[in-house]
Amino acid sequence: MNWVRDRASRALDYLWGGWGAAASLLLLTALWEAGHAAYGTLVLPSPRDTVAALVRMGGDGRLLPAVVETTGNALGGFVAASLVGGVLGAMAGASDMMRRLLQPIATLMLGIPAIAWVVLALLWFGGSGLAASFTVVVTTAPIVFSGAAQGVRTLDGDLRRMARAFRVPGPMLVWDVYLPHMLSYLFPALASALALSWKIAVMAELLSGAGGIGDGLATARVQLDTVKALAWVLAVVGLLLALEYLLLEPVRRHLQTWRREAQGGDSAMTRGLL
Amino acid sequence: MNAMPPAPALSIQGLSHSFGPQGVLDDVTFSLPVGRVGCLIGPSGCGKSTLLSMIGGLSEPTHGTIAHAFRHPVFVFQDPCLLPWRDARDNVAFGLKAQGVGRNERRCRAARLMEVVGLAPDDVGKYPHELSGGMRQRVALARALAIEPDLLLLDEPFSALDLGLRRQMQALVRRLIDQRNLTAVLVTHDLAEAVRLADCVFVLSGKPARLTARHDIARPFAERDDGFVHSEVNRLLSDPATARALAVEDMGHGGGQ
Ligand SMILES: Nc1ncnc2c1ncn2[C@@H]1O[C@H](COP(=O)(O)OP(=O)(O)OP(=O)(O)O)[C@@H](O)[C@H]1O
Ligand SMILES: [Mg+2]
Repeated sequence: MNWVRDRASRALDYLWGGWGAAASLLLLTALWEAGHAAYGTLVLPSPRDTVAALVRMGGDGRLLPAVVETTGNALGGFVAASLVGGVLGAMAGASDMMRRLLQPIATLMLGIPAIAWVVLALLWFGGSGLAASFTVVVTTAPIVFSGAAQGVRTLDGDLRRMARAFRVPGPMLVWDVYLPHMLSYLFPALASALALSWKIAVMAELLSGAGGIGDGLATARVQLDTVKALAWVLAVVGLLLALEYLLLEPVRRHLQTWRREAQGGDSAMTRGLL
Repeated sequence: MNAMPPAPALSIQGLSHSFGPQGVLDDVTFSLPVGRVGCLIGPSGCGKSTLLSMIGGLSEPTHGTIAHAFRHPVFVFQDPCLLPWRDARDNVAFGLKAQGVGRNERRCRAARLMEVVGLAPDDVGKYPHELSGGMRQRVALARALAIEPDLLLLDEPFSALDLGLRRQMQALVRRLIDQRNLTAVLVTHDLAEAVRLADCVFVLSGKPARLTARHDIARPFAERDDGFVHSEVNRLLSDPATARALAVEDMGHGGGQ
């Protein structure tokens, strides 16, 4: 009973919080409208025209395939980056030698501008979706890597000793002790990697011309069609917002049930999160 | 207690240990019968926790032997070491899960043990950050009892608690030990605590540490009032070796700041 009530009140809380987000989005739309009134359609088309263009693109069957293509490229790259970055990061967190070996590589990869990766990917993979996915992997894996490494490294020595004293078997150690702790470091990293992967995918598509939202943007640019360009931007933003509020924010809230101790400040677990 | 002393259940013979070149324990020998509470006391850093973890089988001594017939040793530490992402009940059930007990059964047993250690039914779903220090230590104690241990290894479990709470927890632990016929080894800095809880007090001191004194406290736990504890502490301190070991500790604490 209690549990149900708890859940329901939390869900209401969440929906109520949505009003704030809606209000700030409406404010932004108003500013956009004002910009349109000041500079005219050629520079900044009105929100209404943009939405109409987006609906038209949806109607003539260009929007959905592009969204699917971009989502595929971004998600594919993100999943691969999470696996590679997560596993290597965990190893780097667990062993000093691995950290000394891998950290410079991660730093180096982070230092290379994403656009440089796009160019290299195009040279290596040609104008296929693979170029976009590859770029996503190499740009987001180092982010996941750092989060995972930090998560493992900061695992409380006392907790590890306790788990050993209770003769906790390996899989349970990972599942009940390491993963939940790691997640509190890993999740923020995964969240930024996921958001970044969309932007990177669009950028790579724009240059490769192999379909997706980026390709649409490139075409709009060639045709000097600001309305269409903005409509594509709107599509990306819509995707990112859906991702943020339908996936990331609920997970963040779920993690917070055990993390409200931050005020107490007596635990190592909460340091430097979110 | 007035019958013939029972056979030793825990017997430590000529135990020495060093971390690399640094000797920590030197030729420690003692034994403890089943159902008794032994107490290790000595200055900070003399190797009490090291000795306790070797008794529990978490590490091996460099020399000497530890023999006992206990099947399920369990530790309670000064820090309760609860998992922040599990509620109180699941924390209590942690050791059961490690043993492969099914979800429903372990939750059932955990809830029962929470009652035994004096937690309220609505503490069941609380996360560690929602519990007070004393409640957390109770959860840790319930988690230890859950695996039905026969040997309880207590590493300063009360030292983070305030005085009133400490007395409550001491009484609770000793009552549970007697009820369940557990054997226990308690590490402490506090001679009064040792005298209140233990049947045998082992004093460690020196570097590397040796067993410099041992005292039996004969009176049953139920009859140990404040007056007894006070006079017994004085009796123990009248032994020069004990007084020296514990005085060094005070100097160490003062000088270490
Ligand atoms: N894993 C380890 N590696 C190296 N030295 C260690 C290790 N663990 C403990 N020591 C050393 O062994 C000595 C004894 O440590 P231990 O923790 O057993 O002392 P203690 O008597 O429990 O102290 P306290 O009362 O402060 O808890 C200390 O000098 C400590 O520095
Ligand atoms: Mg210690």
